Amino acid sequence: MAELDLPLVLGDTTLESRLLVGTGKYASFELMERALEASGTRCVTVAIRRVNLDLKAGPSLLDHLDRSRYTILPNTAGCFDAKTAIRTAELSRELLGTKLVKLEVLGDEKTLLPDPVGTLEAARELVRSGFDVLVYTSDDPRLGVRLEELGVKSVMPAGSPIGSGQGVLNPNAIRILLELVKVPVIVDAGVGTASDVAFAMELGAHGVLLNTGIAGARDPVRMAAAMRDACSAGRQAFLAGRIPRKLYANASSPLEGVVGSPPPPRPKGTAQAGAAARP
Amino acid sequence: MPSTTIEIELNGTRREARDGQSVAELVADLGLRPGMVAVEVNEKLVTRELRESTRIRAGDRIELVTIMGGG
Repeated sequence: MAELDLPLVLGDTTLESRLLVGTGKYASFELMERALEASGTRCVTVAIRRVNLDLKAGPSLLDHLDRSRYTILPNTAGCFDAKTAIRTAELSRELLGTKLVKLEVLGDEKTLLPDPVGTLEAARELVRSGFDVLVYTSDDPRLGVRLEELGVKSVMPAGSPIGSGQGVLNPNAIRILLELVKVPVIVDAGVGTASDVAFAMELGAHGVLLNTGIAGARDPVRMAAAMRDACSAGRQAFLAGRIPRKLYANASSPLEGVVGSPPPPRPKGTAQAGAAARP
Repeated sequence: MPSTTIEIELNGTRREARDGQSVAELVADLGLRPGMVAVEVNEKLVTRELRESTRIRAGDRIELVTIMGGG
């Protein structure tokens, strides 16, 4: 689609796909690799966690991610305060040699909703430390503005709670956010199926980030392909500009000249319906 | 040179280590690939360049992390 669209630019990172895909919850690395490939993504998220010292040196996720193909985006998922998120980001930068980070500071384990105050605090510190911060946030437009003012490279509102599959619950908030901020807006979390991705992109979102919608599908590889197509379709529809919604019908075919209908009044000197069909 | 055994906290679990051993040695002793982990000692990041020179002391709280699947 390169000829039809510009790439997605996040700080110093340029992505040829507007779909960002997580690496969690797959039954095997092999299945994950196939799903990532089918999704067409160029950016994959990973979590930072303690090494399991009982397993010793088994295969690592890093062995299964082609870094020439995928930009790796470490997250601070599972962090419930700014301090832990900042430590996790520092560890991820050291481990992966990337200044990109998907900042998450969450409120509680049940809702996994972002904590706005902790998120702002951590975003401020990480931007100051030179990170390209892509920030997971609620769909509150003003909060998005405040985060942009701090210097984040993308505002990533939740469509609905992480892993809930409810899609975009408040499209108006996303639309307002899109009007208020200049940095790319990526709808992150809540995507259940392909139409959710298309819908988010049709709203004008610059990208969609998802994990469970693919990894949790019965056939993750097929769903990944569906998400890829939906992302592209939604983006193209947005760029093409949809027609306005109207209450009443507007016929696509001419209403005149239907068989058996009375002839229309004939003002002198005007062409009749069907005139072109005569030799 | 005989080394003294000390107790440290590694990834939240008490564990024995050799007094004064470097972070690089600890990573190697654990059978971990150096490029696959990042290390914190007492909540301070220990960069790759500092692993040789950073010595472990009794009571140190060490975090060894890697990447895992996530969204």
